[in-house]
Amino acid sequence: MIEIRIEKALGAFSLDIDLTLPADGISALFGASGAGKSSILNAVAGLLRPDTGRIALGERVLFDSSRGIDTPVRNRRLGVVFQDGRLFPHMTVRSNLLYGTPADGTAAPPAFDDVVDLLGVSHLLDRRPGDLSGGERQRVAIGRALLMKPDVLLMDEPLAALDGARKAEILPMLSELRALRRIPILYVSHQMDEVVRLADTLVLVDGGRIAAMDSVEALTSRLDLRHLTGRHEAGSVLRGTVTGSDTEWGLTELSVGGAKLFVSTLGLERGTPVRLRIRARDVAIALTPPEDASFLNMLPATVAEIAEADGASLDISLALSDAPHAPRLWARITRRSADRLGLRLGLPVHALLKTVGIDRHTLAGPHK
Amino acid sequence: MEPLLSETESTALWLTLKVAFWSVTISILPAIAVAMALARGRFPGKSVLDGIIHLPLVLPPVVVGYLLLELFSRNGPLGLWLKSTFDVSIAFSWQGAALASAVMAFPLIVRAIRLSLEAIDPGLESAARTLGAGRLRVLLTVTLPLSLPGLLAGTILGFARSLGEFGATITFVSNIPGETQTLPLALFSKAQIPGGEAAAVRLTLISVAIAFIALGASELLARRMRARIGLKERGPS
Repeated sequence: MIEIRIEKALGAFSLDIDLTLPADGISALFGASGAGKSSILNAVAGLLRPDTGRIALGERVLFDSSRGIDTPVRNRRLGVVFQDGRLFPHMTVRSNLLYGTPADGTAAPPAFDDVVDLLGVSHLLDRRPGDLSGGERQRVAIGRALLMKPDVLLMDEPLAALDGARKAEILPMLSELRALRRIPILYVSHQMDEVVRLADTLVLVDGGRIAAMDSVEALTSRLDLRHLTGRHEAGSVLRGTVTGSDTEWGLTELSVGGAKLFVSTLGLERGTPVRLRIRARDVAIALTPPEDASFLNMLPATVAEIAEADGASLDISLALSDAPHAPRLWARITRRSADRLGLRLGLPVHALLKTVGIDRHTLAGPHK
Repeated sequence: MEPLLSETESTALWLTLKVAFWSVTISILPAIAVAMALARGRFPGKSVLDGIIHLPLVLPPVVVGYLLLELFSRNGPLGLWLKSTFDVSIAFSWQGAALASAVMAFPLIVRAIRLSLEAIDPGLESAARTLGAGRLRVLLTVTLPLSLPGLLAGTILGFARSLGEFGATITFVSNIPGETQTLPLALFSKAQIPGGEAAAVRLTLISVAIAFIALGASELLARRMRARIGLKERGPS
């Protein structure tokens, strides 16, 4: 368990955090710029001293103002990956990677080779950071943090400075890292696609406070949090399982909370768990399933929640079954359409999704 | 065939180089310490220290030389102490010339090192600390290597300043051929006597030649050093 209970005044802004995170998997701190995500990370790393509070990793207390404990940064054994990499420009990639390795030689090969292979930086070892691309630099920075054998990995928007292609090259490595090593990761981000791809636990940070903490699926289905989770591309995140494939039509069949869903073929084994993100604007609602429309996926659902969106739109939350924690879809439709259909709470409807509405890139790696 | 330089000239040249070398050598470590304190330290009297360090830049060199003379002459407080403790006297010796040059060059050296220290991204030092490095290791493996360009610039500046030192030197240690008569002092002497023009011109040419050699060497070193510490890192990614 990672306990973070801190208060810190930063000029007009104040941080007031009470957070207990699971000791495994990736916990994403998500929020707008200036919400205080990075300050939380810096406090854990020891780079920002809270006014009061307590930070502990299980039994190991890093900071406790009431007991006067403030472990120096260099003794915290936390691997920090900064947004700008912060590689030492005067050292080779190899020296950078080895800078934090424990002096007792526990990071001697093969651990070194493992990390270098995982991150695909073996051909860069004798280069200097100035000669690397942004993506390569971040990979080295991640390797450097891993090789110090940290108790927790702290990542502060590690992909924020990279373009889409570079990001796509590193995201699978992070998924793999998460699967291979039993090391908890605290991941700060303001990009929902990274969170959907990586996070087990989602922590919403807003104005220096914790707004909510739960699984990604649970938080993205709550309409009351949509101003925090849906700032860029409103949508819900669902967990499903591969249940079959239709080679004739090039489709993969998924089961999402009992409902069947078809997507373009994914080439995954039956039984593989996947995570899907369905954007609110890709979901339409019908009272009866249309016979003559091109929608491939028509799921029976119940109107679970209705909330005002901007001006002409409404956000509708659709429960895919009657179970208490049934997966929910989020649809954004016009107020006029809702009125025409007479939408109200509890009304059985059909959610219509296009196959293309399920974005392959938001498919997460194996999830427990 | 006559040698390229007369004996007087080569004596003055070697003395000048020796004085400049020692003046930079004794300055460099204290200069690093002072630059660190000014760039990073937070302590009362910081601006006073800053002012004192920069004093030789604004005072007439003769004043600095006179103060040194008062302090280090055989009856001066520091002169007496040196005499009784180490049985040495630096007044009117080449060591005194080196000290005068060092005092005059010190602010330039400190300034160059301080600027390069301030240009270092403090984030790199934090990163080193998160990787388990203590203060000394951060200093030796990150801060100092990254401030090498400033260190080099400071050394060159200090060396050049010492080559040309005149006012403080002649006031403090006088103008003794073979002991304290560096190139500028020799040139001054020649220019004072009738018929000394030819000799003065030769000394001028020697001064110009070492200035060029020093500049060329420093440029070469600086280029190699920038490549070594990968300074193009600063560019856009």
